[in-house]
Amino acid sequence: MEYKMKLTDEQKAILNGAKGETMAKVMETVVMFGDIFGAEKLIPVTHKDGHLVTSFGIALMKPLFSTMDKLIEAGIKTEGKFSVDPRPLDYANVKCNLLEKIAFHVMYKKQADYEEQLDKVGLRDRDSFTCTCYLDEVGNIPKKGDILSWAESSAVVYANSVLGARCNRNSGMLDLFGSIVGYVPYFGLVTDEGRKAKWKVIVKTTEKPEAQILGSAIGMKVMEDVPYVIGLDKFIGTELTDDAKAYLKDFGAATASNGAVGLYHIDNLTPEAREQGEALILPDAKEYIIDDAELERVYNSYPVMWKNKEAKPNLCFIGCPHLSYKQLCDWTDNIEKALEAAGRKKVAVRTIMTTSPQVKNKFMETGYYTRLMRTGVKLTSICPLMYTNNPMTKGRAIVTNSNKLRTYSIARYYKDEEILDVLSGKEVR
Amino acid sequence: MKEFKGRVLAGGEWRGEAVVSRQGVNTLATFQKSALKNAKQVIVSDQNNADIYGKNITGKALCLPITIGSTTGGLVIQTVCAMKIAPAAFLFSEHIDSLAASGIVLARIWENSDVIAIDQLGEDFLASVNTGDIISVRQDGTVIIE
Repeated sequence: MEYKMKLTDEQKAILNGAKGETMAKVMETVVMFGDIFGAEKLIPVTHKDGHLVTSFGIALMKPLFSTMDKLIEAGIKTEGKFSVDPRPLDYANVKCNLLEKIAFHVMYKKQADYEEQLDKVGLRDRDSFTCTCYLDEVGNIPKKGDILSWAESSAVVYANSVLGARCNRNSGMLDLFGSIVGYVPYFGLVTDEGRKAKWKVIVKTTEKPEAQILGSAIGMKVMEDVPYVIGLDKFIGTELTDDAKAYLKDFGAATASNGAVGLYHIDNLTPEAREQGEALILPDAKEYIIDDAELERVYNSYPVMWKNKEAKPNLCFIGCPHLSYKQLCDWTDNIEKALEAAGRKKVAVRTIMTTSPQVKNKFMETGYYTRLMRTGVKLTSICPLMYTNNPMTKGRAIVTNSNKLRTYSIARYYKDEEILDVLSGKEVR
Repeated sequence: MKEFKGRVLAGGEWRGEAVVSRQGVNTLATFQKSALKNAKQVIVSDQNNADIYGKNITGKALCLPITIGSTTGGLVIQTVCAMKIAPAAFLFSEHIDSLAASGIVLARIWENSDVIAIDQLGEDFLASVNTGDIISVRQDGTVIIE
């Protein structure tokens, strides 16, 4: 192939087939991808443990399965061990009717085969299915400055912004290929220049903005650019506490799904903003002011996609991205309080919370778990989006506090407080 | 007639109908419903994109600034190319984004796809082209709105 970037002798040899035809194609893909962005070279992946976005064995993804087969046939594995996004199904905790089960069976009939393929190529273990691989309990945690070959938009934006690692918004397959060859192209968010902010976002709300609406507003405005957010530290502090990290996890997921943000800086809080401050903002940066009215405008712009727009909610998902341990504890406290105030013992709407297998195990060892189960809430480690992909679920009036889930499904977004109203049987708009 | 010149990422000669999104195209949200149904055509399912929601984009020129959204995006493009239900051409007004670029590269190398991709056609291109316009694409990256 013709290429423009400078390659080392080792990289050239791989490209020319020294490690086999399939490995050459993997390298060709990485090089051609980098050339499109004018990458001058490939740089080593320093955090070897990857994270893949593609966790689901949807039967129609034939290119995925055939590529995996080719890799396995050639004996190719990743350098480190990778985690991967959540599984699609958990019938024990996410009950389905017969029609839904039939549809799921058809949709995800390749799941077991695909998980075997993942094992053979370098999956860390069978509990490594979560979108929040970077949480302490899960343990796929890069250091500041590490170069990654990850995908999953919410994980990439978290790793870049909160951990200070360096990763482009890789697509599925490119995440895996970078982890196989051990190199990624040098462009965009892995460069100093690519991490500068093209937007100065000023938060002027009167109270702490809902993370998922603020992220949505910023994502829709800046698209793939880097925003530098001023005024948020007033509400979430200047230390990366568990609460601040959970806020940024949800905020980032919304910026990445409602737009294409791969990195944000929060003034006085995120690592690079603490070090470099407003020097990170490019001189010609555009400005976006967010006040109460702007957040309300964005919130009111979300279309209601339910078949019956006047329906009462009958299913609620909380936890996209997967909830942290602290969030699970907080939701337990808040649901109990809301139910007590409403004179109820159980949630009024079937409710499913999602978290990583590791956080779930930790949570199950505490009294919080018993309390949460007492309210009737179910806890699982699936991806709610993969549940809502089932055409048999489209008639349900699903509510969620996830702006990512709203974007990719018919689920209707509600603020956290409104979700509590729904769960305690109150009327909501 | 208006002529524009972009950068060729995956070249080809083509003439046909344009479908235009003036906002970023969320790849997963756009294609997922049709892909999941194993449909013969892509009817855009992205509720947040009024420009193209409900439109058939198979075999047409999808004119857009960039793609946005989930990092499954590249694999989704590769899949719809393999299913032969992709747009015939992706015409980007801006520099292509990393997810769409992945999809185009994966489709070319692993699926031998002949999907056309041209980027950096400029803001004026996206402001000038309208859904339903007939456009011609040339091997050298020239795009003509007829």
